[in-house]
Amino acid sequence: MTDLASSDTQSAAVVAETDDSAARLHRNLFIAIAVLLAVAPFVAYPVFVMKVLCFALFALAFNLLLGYGGLLSFGHAAYFGMASYVSAYTAKNWGLTPELAILLGTAVAAILGLVFGALAIRRQGIYFAMITLALAQMAFFFSLQTPRFTGGEDGIQAVPRGKFLGLISLADDRALYWLVAAIFMGGLLLIYRIIHSPFGQVCKAIRDNEPRAISLGYRASQYKLAVFVLSAGLAGLAGATKAIVFQLASLTDVYWTMSGEVVLMTLVGGLGTVFGPIVGAAVIVAMQNYLAGLGSWVLVVQGVIFVACVLLFREGIVGVIAKWIKKPL
Amino acid sequence: MFELLGVPPQALFGQVLLGLINGSFYAILSLGLAVIFGLLNIINFAHGAQYMMGAFVAWMCLNYLGVNYWAALLIAPVVVGATGIVIERVFLARIAKYDHLYGLLLTFGLALIIQGLFRNYYGSSGLPYGIPPQLTGGQNLGFMFLPTYRGWVVVASLVVCLATWFVIEKTKLGSYLRAATENPTLTQAFGINVPLLVTLTYGFGVALAAFAGVLAAPIYAVNPNMGADLIIVVFAVVVIGGMGSIMGAIVTGFSLGLIEGLTKVFYPEASSTVIFIIMVLVLLVKPAGLFGRAA
Amino acid sequence: MNLKTLLAATALGALMAAPALAQQISVKAGVLNDRSGIYADLSGEGSVIAARLAVEDFKAAEKGIKVEIVSADHQNKPDVGSTIARQWYDQDGVDLILDVPTSSVALAVSQITKDKNKIHINSGAGTSDLTGKACSPNTVHWTYDTYALAQGTGGAMVKAGGDSWFFLTADYAFGHALERDATAVITKAGGKVVGAVRTPFPGTDFSSFLLQAQASKAKVIGLANAGGDLTNSVKQASEFGITQGGQKLAGLLTFASDVHALGLQAAQGLVLTESFYWDRDDGTRAWSERFAKLNGGKKPTMVQAGVYSGLLHYLKAVEAAKSKDAAVVMAKMKEMPTDDPLFGKGSIRVNGRKMHPMYLYEVKKPSESKGPWDYYKQIAVLPAEEAFQPLAETGCSLVK
Repeated sequence: MTDLASSDTQSAAVVAETDDSAARLHRNLFIAIAVLLAVAPFVAYPVFVMKVLCFALFALAFNLLLGYGGLLSFGHAAYFGMASYVSAYTAKNWGLTPELAILLGTAVAAILGLVFGALAIRRQGIYFAMITLALAQMAFFFSLQTPRFTGGEDGIQAVPRGKFLGLISLADDRALYWLVAAIFMGGLLLIYRIIHSPFGQVCKAIRDNEPRAISLGYRASQYKLAVFVLSAGLAGLAGATKAIVFQLASLTDVYWTMSGEVVLMTLVGGLGTVFGPIVGAAVIVAMQNYLAGLGSWVLVVQGVIFVACVLLFREGIVGVIAKWIKKPL
Repeated sequence: MFELLGVPPQALFGQVLLGLINGSFYAILSLGLAVIFGLLNIINFAHGAQYMMGAFVAWMCLNYLGVNYWAALLIAPVVVGATGIVIERVFLARIAKYDHLYGLLLTFGLALIIQGLFRNYYGSSGLPYGIPPQLTGGQNLGFMFLPTYRGWVVVASLVVCLATWFVIEKTKLGSYLRAATENPTLTQAFGINVPLLVTLTYGFGVALAAFAGVLAAPIYAVNPNMGADLIIVVFAVVVIGGMGSIMGAIVTGFSLGLIEGLTKVFYPEASSTVIFIIMVLVLLVKPAGLFGRAA
Repeated sequence: MNLKTLLAATALGALMAAPALAQQISVKAGVLNDRSGIYADLSGEGSVIAARLAVEDFKAAEKGIKVEIVSADHQNKPDVGSTIARQWYDQDGVDLILDVPTSSVALAVSQITKDKNKIHINSGAGTSDLTGKACSPNTVHWTYDTYALAQGTGGAMVKAGGDSWFFLTADYAFGHALERDATAVITKAGGKVVGAVRTPFPGTDFSSFLLQAQASKAKVIGLANAGGDLTNSVKQASEFGITQGGQKLAGLLTFASDVHALGLQAAQGLVLTESFYWDRDDGTRAWSERFAKLNGGKKPTMVQAGVYSGLLHYLKAVEAAKSKDAAVVMAKMKEMPTDDPLFGKGSIRVNGRKMHPMYLYEVKKPSESKGPWDYYKQIAVLPAEEAFQPLAETGCSLVK
């Protein structure tokens, strides 16, 4: 897995790592994103934008583990889905306000990440991926067998949007949008900070050459576990928020095809880039939405995109742009 | 719900036998996957779709060409194997130098395309395909009724599995293959056409999947989803057996069928999840799987 | 009065009548179902064809009502379905959503329809909760539900002598609901359930469970599953000689498209309940011929017929109420009796349940069939009042 994220962008990344112009570029990009977020609900359908933001956060969290930790997980749906169940259940049955429900969901996802991660990181490469898949399947089985909690295949329906902090009603799409945008922005900035921190540097070192990192004195497994937990928790944040937006949590969120979708989003957007997953999520969600009328052809189109990306655009959309402007994105 | 604890011995034997029969399916499917991964280091996610194509080609043989099951057993693997060769030449050869992950994603994409196309053309409920007249009926064994067809499946599967194992482990051709995997450059330097060998091997693995598909057509519904449901289980079998090991895949396939069969008696709801539990346990204890070489 | 005045009076009269004619009602109906997955054959594009036939037969253009039909694939996922429903209602001006198979999606769409005050006429889903504890003043449940299927297949089979049952139940909420409803009916009719086994959903190989069913010696093996699980269990049952051994197979949720996929050799003797069969009478035959021509020769399933019937009744209600306001139209739909060549005469109850008779069928032997799609022989008719859950027992808040 070592040449995975860095194969073609390696030179650009090494050069521009501590480059001031890169930092300035990123700062401008963040401002641009903030502006886009502010304008979006007035030009596009707010629920659609919220869906994109939730999945973008999910993809960002996944990319943290894969692009910067070098660990391919096939079971990220477990954290996304279980958090969405917890958030939906507590908002509906315990009457928690939405921000508490989301926080609780995130916390549960992080704990689950800790447990699963501890088991999985003992192995490498494809075996690591298969263990994460197996553990996610068990989470799916658990969800199936506890219909009193998860509602079985009906899922948890009619989840109330509630009042933020008990004061501001989120029933209106626009009101909820600001909360979701804030969560997304917060998550994105947090991930950026993690990647560009000393902790993030060590993780990248471990990804690129684990034996060497260990020989330098870094406890690789602890770092890997920490990245795993962060990634799981942030995926949980995305899932918990999604449950409130759609007012529903269902088995689709824990099924292995959801894990596959997040891989696709990250691949299309650009593995190992900061902004790639956002673009990837936007493309995939938009495609699913606007091609819904095509029926079976959606599967074929998704397959073609997978194949095209692997053959031609291995770096993903943002990766190609980054290579072109010779700066890391 | 009626829990069957303290199952009478006859019922147990019946379930064990059924489990072994199912195991033969898993064995032959995972054999193809193990051959491809073990020898080519390609994680062939399209295996399920190729299994499905085998079943569909059998149906097409019957309905478009009037050709019966026995001929289909030979025709389908050849036809689907040929498509496998095309896939290898056009797609897989190009990304061979990159990480395994890309091979997996590419074959996953191909699986989606194949499944989508078949679904569009043939619908998703499936097509009828009956048991060939020579194999209908069954034997009453006392503790259960064994359909003759199921007995045939075990025999066919064992023969093919053992033959494949023999060719790969004990013959000169097999040794060329194994050498080509371990050190392609050196093997090529000896004058062996490594790319051709790789292509043919992939084609053979795919042909195995299609063979399993023809075996499945008379007893499982022939529909475009039939592969997707099986693929992650087959992957689990291969991983547990050890991704490089042919014998590992065969033994694990049969064992898993057995364990699944027993689970169906005592805790049926869990019978499709038990394999994943086993996979986690095995991987934690033996990192490269039961028979595998070091990762 | 001279000619000039007469002409002027006529012109004036025409001018005054014109606004009434020009006041066109514009209706947008969305057909939301599975177009690519396991239920694509029983709903899918066929439901869209059925909807178009309804618009054509209603002669919408002549009545000053403009009808537009859109469609989308919910992929059997509640989140995809609810996103599409929301977008349709909020952004695309859709007034009415039709079909929606898969109970989890149906419940989600029903909830959103209530929130946005539109109308949902469900034809594809089975859960009786849609007119029970999850009932809504904006939803009509048209074609069938799990209660009616249990009443038909369960009750009628016990009466016909099948008084001991063994269930193969798909291990998910819908399968459990089918088993539960059928068990209630069977025990009430004097029969006994000797055993049941929960099969993982989705599954491929049922041989092990069928063996248990065979060993139980129950007279009827109830298949509380659907789609791929159903086709696999029926196919394998014939392999193990179950029907040849004297046990009967009852498919608790089976569609004509499933029987078509199985073929008569495998499916013969299967007992099932449906509310529509294309070959039932002249009216259904004539319509089904028109449908088949547009659907590649495939005859309609009851779900597709229900889409036609539901949309037709909705349009009649809009015409009568001269408005498309949801509450007004719903009141008219429940007030007017329903009548069409596919389901005959019926009505809609206060909880949204459409009433029509259900029919018990048995799949013919290959020798009894005259050609493709000639699959069923009718065993019994269940009048609407017996088939559907009595209002008092539904637990619906709309029932006073």
